[in-house]
Amino acid sequence: MRRLIILAAALFAIHVGLLLVRPAGAEVGATSGAVNVGVVFDLGGRGDKSFNDGAYAGAERAVRELGAHVRFVEPGEGSDREAGLRVLAAEGMDLVIGVGFIFSDDLTQLAREYPNTRFAGVDYAVPTDSKGQPLALPPNLAALKFREEEGSFLVGALAALVSRSKTLGFVGGMDFPLIHKFEAGYRAGVRAVCADCTVIAQYAGVTPEAFRNPGKGLELALSQYQSGVDVIFQASGSTGLGVFEAARRRGKLAIGVDADQYGEAPGFILTSMVKGVDAAVFRTIEQVKGGTFRGGVFQLGLAEQGVDYVYDEHNRALIPDSVRARVEALRQDVIAGRITVPSTR
Amino acid sequence: MIVLAFLVQALRIAVPYLFAAAGGVLCERSGVIALTLEGWMLTGAFSATLGSYYSGSAWAGLVCGVAGGLLAASLHALATVRYRADQVVVGIAANLLAVGATRFFLRLAFDSSSNSPRVSGFDWFAAVSGGGTSDGASLLSSLANPLVLLGMLSLPFVSWLLNGTPFGLRVRAVGERPDAAVSVGIHVGRVRWLAVLGAGALASLGGSYLALEQHQFTDSMTAGRGFIALAAVIFGNWEPRRVAVACALFAIAETLQIQLQGLQLIPSQFVEMIPYLLTIIALAGVVGRSVSPAALGRQVD
Repeated sequence: MRRLIILAAALFAIHVGLLLVRPAGAEVGATSGAVNVGVVFDLGGRGDKSFNDGAYAGAERAVRELGAHVRFVEPGEGSDREAGLRVLAAEGMDLVIGVGFIFSDDLTQLAREYPNTRFAGVDYAVPTDSKGQPLALPPNLAALKFREEEGSFLVGALAALVSRSKTLGFVGGMDFPLIHKFEAGYRAGVRAVCADCTVIAQYAGVTPEAFRNPGKGLELALSQYQSGVDVIFQASGSTGLGVFEAARRRGKLAIGVDADQYGEAPGFILTSMVKGVDAAVFRTIEQVKGGTFRGGVFQLGLAEQGVDYVYDEHNRALIPDSVRARVEALRQDVIAGRITVPSTR
Repeated sequence: MIVLAFLVQALRIAVPYLFAAAGGVLCERSGVIALTLEGWMLTGAFSATLGSYYSGSAWAGLVCGVAGGLLAASLHALATVRYRADQVVVGIAANLLAVGATRFFLRLAFDSSSNSPRVSGFDWFAAVSGGGTSDGASLLSSLANPLVLLGMLSLPFVSWLLNGTPFGLRVRAVGERPDAAVSVGIHVGRVRWLAVLGAGALASLGGSYLALEQHQFTDSMTAGRGFIALAAVIFGNWEPRRVAVACALFAIAETLQIQLQGLQLIPSQFVEMIPYLLTIIALAGVVGRSVSPAALGRQVD
């Protein structure tokens, strides 16, 4: 038993030690002059082909263009997320970025403890009091939120205009408000251009596992295609890869999310609803360098180019010019405030 | 057509449960708690993807998948049988190890922390029909998969193994009365080793099915199916036939949930609870008390 405890202690020490190992190529420590930035990734980390990679791209661009020093931390499962942020804050970084809504509470806490360090949270969930009113954030904390419903609105309109069966599908990951935003925007987009279209919306589950269950995504999508759906929008992490597999198998269309997912099933991806995480991260670093950083909640929608849909040489053939023109007109309506996209079901 | 589509979908969903539950029955009847089914499935899914990626053949992927499952199971057997570690502790640790190790090697092999590139799977029907995408073609193609057939045979196979072979007799003896088994000269450790290895191979086939159907590995893609299979083993009272019924029941519940979710008749949260709820009911002895193998989780000197 004692040997076991010693072994466990040794492993724990190694584990903590490895947390501090810097990835090759990244700059370390607080160097004077340049902006020092620490980025802590969400579960999934770099290589997730989604918002972690987006944050990485934005930070790398800041390294190239602004000469920033960036340090990346990839926490594993569990509570060392907070430790990752804390290590960076304690080292006196100018800016610490947490990527993912999961960091929200930790960032708020640390922003109070380290008032001289600036913090930014991508997908930060603003805490609310018991009456549902948003609580005030510490002044050194910037919440970077995306109006996913506005991007989903455009892809919903696009899907409805391309659909022949007038039946559209939606596959969400975990059944909770963050993903309901996507569904609400998508439904509104469909309704805006096609009053008699129906939307079938399904979720893969009620736990975070629902974002990592491609087998379930495959079955959900197959049953939707079976019932006449011909375009499915997925907002479900790697569960969505199962949706793409179903599209491939049935020769139908699917819409990607967060990043351009064309490469996952070339020819079957109508478009992707992309979030400009890279631009948001870059801009925040730029603001810190220029001394214009402000705390507060920043809602990045269509007007701020925080969300968009992909239209490039890959999917141009799938989207007729008239459809494109109609969707672009809707974009202008949303930006001008003529259309307000709902963010709840 | 709708009924057929429903049944085929339920069957597809059941296949991983059937494989893992077959492994679970074999493992638990020998007295080793099969908490690691999830980990073996995940390891199988990953190694099948590796094999299929580097060889370009789904069959080679399948062989690699089983090899991966055997490797993971031998670690488990080493800890629980050879070194007599607590089976529950090892089971939990082994599951965590499987998640971490597959993620690590995924990064190493494919430079991604979320998913592998596309690999070849069993697309027999697509190859024959030239990639038909109609409803009928899609139904047939999901049945024309060797793993679906093997999956349906897995529990009958374990039933025959347990009840129709000398090895099965030894497995049952070791799981019920290991002291008596020792007294007639049965090597308890050896029997448990074989049972655990067999379980690892079977569960990894379930994982391979998931990966080859999806044509790629994604991080933690088994998503708790191993635990549902374990629930089926308990709900089915460790009898292969009843376990098969339990698997079918769980798969049908899940299919119903998929088909009915659009209608909003029953909250999806409730349907997700069904396997676990049934397991608790079975364990509590509400409908036919479940009796576990007497020596389950017990170490033998």
